[in-house]
Amino acid sequence: MVRALSLLLLCQLLGTVIARATGVPIPGPVFGLVLLLALLVARSGPDPELHSTAQGLLRHLGLLFVPAGVGVVNELGVLRANALAIAIALPISTLLGLAITGLAMQLLLRSER
Amino acid sequence: MPGLYHAWVYLQSGPLLGLTATLLAWQAASWLDARAGHAGWSNPIMLAMAILVVALIATGTSYRSYFNGAQYVQFLLGPATVALAVPMYANLATMRRNLLPILASMIAGSLAAALSAMLIVAALGAPHAVVISIAPKSVTTPIAMGISQDLGGLPALTAIFVLLTGIFGAAIALPFFRLLRVRDRRAQGLAAGTAAHGIATARLLLESDTAGAFGGLAIGLNGLMTAVMVPLLVRWLLG
Repeated sequence: MVRALSLLLLCQLLGTVIARATGVPIPGPVFGLVLLLALLVARSGPDPELHSTAQGLLRHLGLLFVPAGVGVVNELGVLRANALAIAIALPISTLLGLAITGLAMQLLLRSER
Repeated sequence: MPGLYHAWVYLQSGPLLGLTATLLAWQAASWLDARAGHAGWSNPIMLAMAILVVALIATGTSYRSYFNGAQYVQFLLGPATVALAVPMYANLATMRRNLLPILASMIAGSLAAALSAMLIVAALGAPHAVVISIAPKSVTTPIAMGISQDLGGLPALTAIFVLLTGIFGAAIALPFFRLLRVRDRRAQGLAAGTAAHGIATARLLLESDTAGAFGGLAIGLNGLMTAVMVPLLVRWLLG
């Protein structure tokens, strides 16, 4: 577990260095994800230790969002002031995303055959 | 009892209380969610947040003092984001088989979701911080919060937007696909994962494994796409 965790942190560290050094506004951990993915492709898959550590972290992924989410106590004012805009934007944008991705994918899969 | 009061003051100044409260709230929320049969409207993250928000307000504890302990949980989001590479790797074979349709439909859908959300809140007079915070709302939370933070949004607000999007997407996806006659399971899964990340994908997984696999693929891929796309959209829209 320690070895797998070190690998995850190392990827995050390198990813953060890349993000900072290049000034590209993409989160360091996202670069880290790409690095790890490249490593997995090169090694044709995760070893059992990495697999179980990743699974363990991802199984409790929900817990990791809670601290930042509680930060909403400081944003209740912003939320209230923009409630209408948010209540319109979230459903419409989600329906658009569902419709466009779904229809395009179905159409393209059909035409490929 | 002055002794108890002193203990309370002492605990408020250290990380132990915030950390313990976060883990306890999470377990209580998971238990409640299981009791509700993991229903679409019930979400352990939302429940845990509600428990903690009420507790903070009731005890007059500041978020800063709470976060003193909770930051240790939050820190794990970084390695967890990197760990998403493992399930993505498992989906690589699926992806290679349908690479072009997947990329084309996801770029279109991802762009439509982010851009429409940003334009609507901007048109209704929301400040820049809200426009930035809503942009990555279709993406899985660790990536969405990272994007929001890097661009000057409010990560807590983004977390709420991501949750609401997921809960709405999970509830609406299947009837909406029926209405649009999107019957292909691969297209359904890809759309759910792209527009409403893991929460909607989990709902589709109950119907079909194929949809679940394509949803899983879309979650990771859309995280990457959005991380590239949103900074450009923000620069373009908000200058």
